[in-house]
Amino acid sequence: MVASRAIGSLSRFTASRTLRCSGYICRSFTRASALLTRTHINYGVKGDVAVIRINSPNSKVNTLSQELHSEFMEVMNEVWSSSQIRSAVLISTKPGCFIAGADLNMLNACTTSQEVTQISQEAQKMFEKLEKSTKPVVAAINGSCLGGGLELAISCQYRIATKDKKTVLGSPEVLLGILPGAGATQRLPKMVGIPAAFDMMLTGRSIRADRAKKMGLVDQLVEPLGPGVKPPEERTIEYLEEVAITFAKGLADKKITPKRDKGLVEKMTSYALSIPFVRQQIYKKVEEKVRKQTKGLYPAPLKIIDVVKTGIEQGSNAGYLSESQRFGELAMTKESKALMGLYRGQTQCKKNKFGAPQKEVKQLAVLGAGLMGAGIAQVSVDKGLQTILKDTTLPALGRGQQQVFKGLNDKVKKKTLTSFERDAMFSNLIGQLDYRGFEKADMVIEAVFEDLSLKHRVLKETEAVIPDHCVFASNTSALPIGEIATVSKRPEKVIGMHYFSPVDKMQLLEIITTEKTSKDTTASAVDVGLRQGKVIIVVKDGPGFYTTRCLTPMMSEVIRILQEGVGPKKLDSLTTSFGFPVGAATLVDEVGVDVAKHVAENLGKEFGERFAGGSLEMLQQMISKGFLGRKSGKGFYIYQEGVKNKNLNSDMDSILASLKMPSQPDVSSDEDIQYRLVTRFVNEAILCLQEGVLATPTEGDIGAVFGLGFPPCLGGPFHFVDLYGAQKIVDRLRKYEAAYGKQFTPCQLLVDHANNPNKKFYQ
Amino acid sequence: MTSLLTYTFKNLRNTSKWALRFCVRPLSSSSQVQAAAASQTKSKKTLAKPNIRNIVVVDGVRTPFLLSGTSYKDLMPHDLARAALSGLLHRTSVPKDVVDYIIFGTVIQEVKTSNVAREAALGAGFSDKTPAHTVTMACISSNQAMTTAVGLIASGQCDVVVAGGVELMSDIPIRHSRKMRKMMLDLNKAKTLAQRLSVISKFRLNFLSPELPAVSEFSTSETMGHSADRLAAAFAISREEQDEYALRSHSLAKRAQDEGLLSDVVPFKVPGRDTVTQDNGIRPSSLDQMAKLKPAFIKPYGTVTAANSSFLTDGASAVLIMAEEKALAMGYKPKAYLRDFMYVSQDPKDQLLLGPTYATPKVLEKAGLTMNDIDAFEFHEAFSGQILANLKAMDSDWFAQNYMGRKAKVGSPPLEKFNTWGGSLSLGHPFGATGCRLVMAAANRLRKEGGQYGLVAACAAGGQGHAMIVEAYPK
Repeated sequence: MVASRAIGSLSRFTASRTLRCSGYICRSFTRASALLTRTHINYGVKGDVAVIRINSPNSKVNTLSQELHSEFMEVMNEVWSSSQIRSAVLISTKPGCFIAGADLNMLNACTTSQEVTQISQEAQKMFEKLEKSTKPVVAAINGSCLGGGLELAISCQYRIATKDKKTVLGSPEVLLGILPGAGATQRLPKMVGIPAAFDMMLTGRSIRADRAKKMGLVDQLVEPLGPGVKPPEERTIEYLEEVAITFAKGLADKKITPKRDKGLVEKMTSYALSIPFVRQQIYKKVEEKVRKQTKGLYPAPLKIIDVVKTGIEQGSNAGYLSESQRFGELAMTKESKALMGLYRGQTQCKKNKFGAPQKEVKQLAVLGAGLMGAGIAQVSVDKGLQTILKDTTLPALGRGQQQVFKGLNDKVKKKTLTSFERDAMFSNLIGQLDYRGFEKADMVIEAVFEDLSLKHRVLKETEAVIPDHCVFASNTSALPIGEIATVSKRPEKVIGMHYFSPVDKMQLLEIITTEKTSKDTTASAVDVGLRQGKVIIVVKDGPGFYTTRCLTPMMSEVIRILQEGVGPKKLDSLTTSFGFPVGAATLVDEVGVDVAKHVAENLGKEFGERFAGGSLEMLQQMISKGFLGRKSGKGFYIYQEGVKNKNLNSDMDSILASLKMPSQPDVSSDEDIQYRLVTRFVNEAILCLQEGVLATPTEGDIGAVFGLGFPPCLGGPFHFVDLYGAQKIVDRLRKYEAAYGKQFTPCQLLVDHANNPNKKFYQ
Repeated sequence: MTSLLTYTFKNLRNTSKWALRFCVRPLSSSSQVQAAAASQTKSKKTLAKPNIRNIVVVDGVRTPFLLSGTSYKDLMPHDLARAALSGLLHRTSVPKDVVDYIIFGTVIQEVKTSNVAREAALGAGFSDKTPAHTVTMACISSNQAMTTAVGLIASGQCDVVVAGGVELMSDIPIRHSRKMRKMMLDLNKAKTLAQRLSVISKFRLNFLSPELPAVSEFSTSETMGHSADRLAAAFAISREEQDEYALRSHSLAKRAQDEGLLSDVVPFKVPGRDTVTQDNGIRPSSLDQMAKLKPAFIKPYGTVTAANSSFLTDGASAVLIMAEEKALAMGYKPKAYLRDFMYVSQDPKDQLLLGPTYATPKVLEKAGLTMNDIDAFEFHEAFSGQILANLKAMDSDWFAQNYMGRKAKVGSPPLEKFNTWGGSLSLGHPFGATGCRLVMAAANRLRKEGGQYGLVAACAAGGQGHAMIVEAYPK
């Protein structure tokens, strides 16, 4: 593979020389032989323009690895030393990817921050050389240009990007708990201005090509091409190269200047930012915002601000030094390790390990046009899946159809869809009240009310009309799939697909298999989930499956803490400051008090004392007063349309007062309250792994973070145990066990980990 | 990659040489001889079908096609259409009451005369008992008018139909914004002063910003020139090739005009102005001059320029279509038969202008002919790049197999038979009127040069396309 690629590149190279320009034939052969060893880069010369084509072998994406780094350096040295070459084009021939970032394995292999700093400094040096190149280098960007890829691109003299949906630029390092370590903290502010640079580096958001052009991040756009006499993707890259070559020549001939005209607003902003006082205000403002949002749990954003500030206020030498040092420090933090672990887990959960299904689902049917049903329909139709949405009454169906339309229309407003694309997607949705067309369905997902007898009825009705191969999936958060499947004529085709609300925003899909579910049924469900854009965990059937089961003991503890006199606001602030995106009391309101009670009751019966804690009487009283949470407008808080700051529901005071329990002072400090919640969650998660409900710790972490909002900075319950130390958690649990009993008894697997410090969930 | 570049390079030199040769090619009888020889080896002697009426074009005319904003700029579309109809009456001397039906094609509709066919027919003195309707199908609107006529005659509903097309780009309907329109309509309904005031109080300055007719494709929001530029790039067609083709079109049109070959043009006395006698967009320039132009759509590196695109044009055309027996009974000597035709459509984003590529093999197959049977090709030239892309696509097995579901390419038309009297690039392209011009050019060329079969093809907005076989009427 590698050899043939290299030989191919050699022959192409020589061909280009002999055919194009006789003047190059006299190039030394020692260089040609060096070509044979290059695996990532194919290098040729067109006229006086060097064309450097990157394509790492055996990988879907190009990453900035050490090998690529050294090959690139070698090629650039050749470019700089050759007298015939006046400019260069840097392009990737890998479809859909320029350079997706630095090689994470390279960072993970480092054991000390000094090593990481070293890597950063090498990259800085190379990019600085590139930036100061007297021969203009044009970066021709097609596909993702992220992290190190962007840092490489902005070191070039000119950037041309394809206006493709796949072409995105960004600095997502912050999402991995690190910072851009190859000069972006220094170059970006100069290129796009301080505010935009902060926005890019602190949010890690991906920027589409057209937006990048407006920001000044790229200089020219190239439209993707349709079919010609070869595949569109291939020709588009070729065309991009052709255009880039003309610009490279233009730059070398000084017919084009890389400077762009700034608009009036931009000029005014850059003038304002030349005043030190204004800059100080901006740093302060950004820092305040970051502190508020991260609650001090994520160190990377603050370091990014610090490094940018150093560069601007003390000059780029200080800036580069600071960048590489902070980069090294961040790479060694627990937060970074947790976030990188999540990133790897997410990648794993985006693959179908059950293989391709025998029959691809082309026609989907969703039963129930409620919040969940319509949400499932929305994420299906916008991926081109034909979907029937069925409900029993016209108003209910109409509400669901409107929800799908609104979801799509919001994207039109945000300009990520055109109105025409919206209409085409919406036409994939067929709303109806009967079972017409179900005989052609390949999969039915039911999202009717959580009631076993209703689910049984729906399953029987559906099985009477669907074809033999059709999969029946149940969207339920707690009813065991095995129980639902008892009335099925074909239990091997029954599976659970637990979506999270709101379906179009939440990335997780929990797929539940019973002992009877066939492998092909699972493969089919995973395939549909992946097409819907979900991150998928596959768990075994059982009460509450994995996600609901972990959440329930924590919710029980929430009620107890409220009974012990901690107010909802205080509780919310304790949980969010631990890293949960939503406070615990608010979460009950969001889930719905009736749903919470229903689940708590069911699982309480199954698991007994371990799930006890707070009194369900509180939920019961709330339901009887109509405080169902957000959906009814009142829960712990009062929800009003258009009112941003929610107020406490004062009618809750009497309920809370009537159920008040004495608190135990030695386990009621703020920290203890946080840990009482988290350790119950973590303990249950580990028990799920111990019992085989979970197949891997990765799925446990992904499920907890993406479905339940477990603090991402902790990396999920399993990463948390690895990084925090199993012994410490067991100690905590024992302390609370002494106060409250069995609910805090650590499970065997956790105890094993505590007893043997070498035992880790992630090796 | 390199080989591709060298290939285009070689190709380019070939075409340029060829173009030079062509420009100086004198009109000689050799082409007639060739055509006559070819007709003896046709796949089919005629395309007449048993039990189906033969349909003929008796004759056709058009007003001179003018750059918009010139002599026609004060007219309304039905004035131009009326001129074409009057010209047809004059040319064919057809009794007005014999005409059973009138159909016109148009694209940008004047809201006052949305059925422009009827308004023009009344004004041209046709019987008020002759019904008329207007069709629209972007650049193939008058093709649609003609094939609708064919359908009416073939099914026995009519014997004599006038089909035509008109476009007046000098004046386009510019509307108030939707908000303003809504306010004005609400104001209409408001009864009391208080109600009126409350409606008026909602007025905002931005209501006054006008709404122009869409220049871009509705489904993709991409302008056609932009799409043409991408298409040319997809088929690796260089700026030089496109400029050369445009120059060819202008040179051939100029020659045809000078030699009086454009016999379908009828003079038009414009009220208040001089009589217009000929097309005014034919302007052969030089490659150097053309090379100086900046790209018009994809800036700054695109290849489609004002010089290698068709320009905004005012004009109208009309043809007299009859059942053969009716024409003969009335003592006419028809010019041509209208034979098999085909409409196609494809992806409006990336294949917007590839209609001819899709329609050509299909219509040939339907008629039982091959490319070699065709003596006169008349393709609508929207852009040089579009024509050259279609030629390349028709010549590509890869494209035929991967996008058209065919086993092999249909082949590219030989350029010596292709748009030899100029095309839309040089003669102009009044959207609704071009189809009739193409048919008449094919018919007149067959008569003049002695071939039997002509192939008319065109692309249209919306990713649609059309092709039709025109068979010369035996002399």
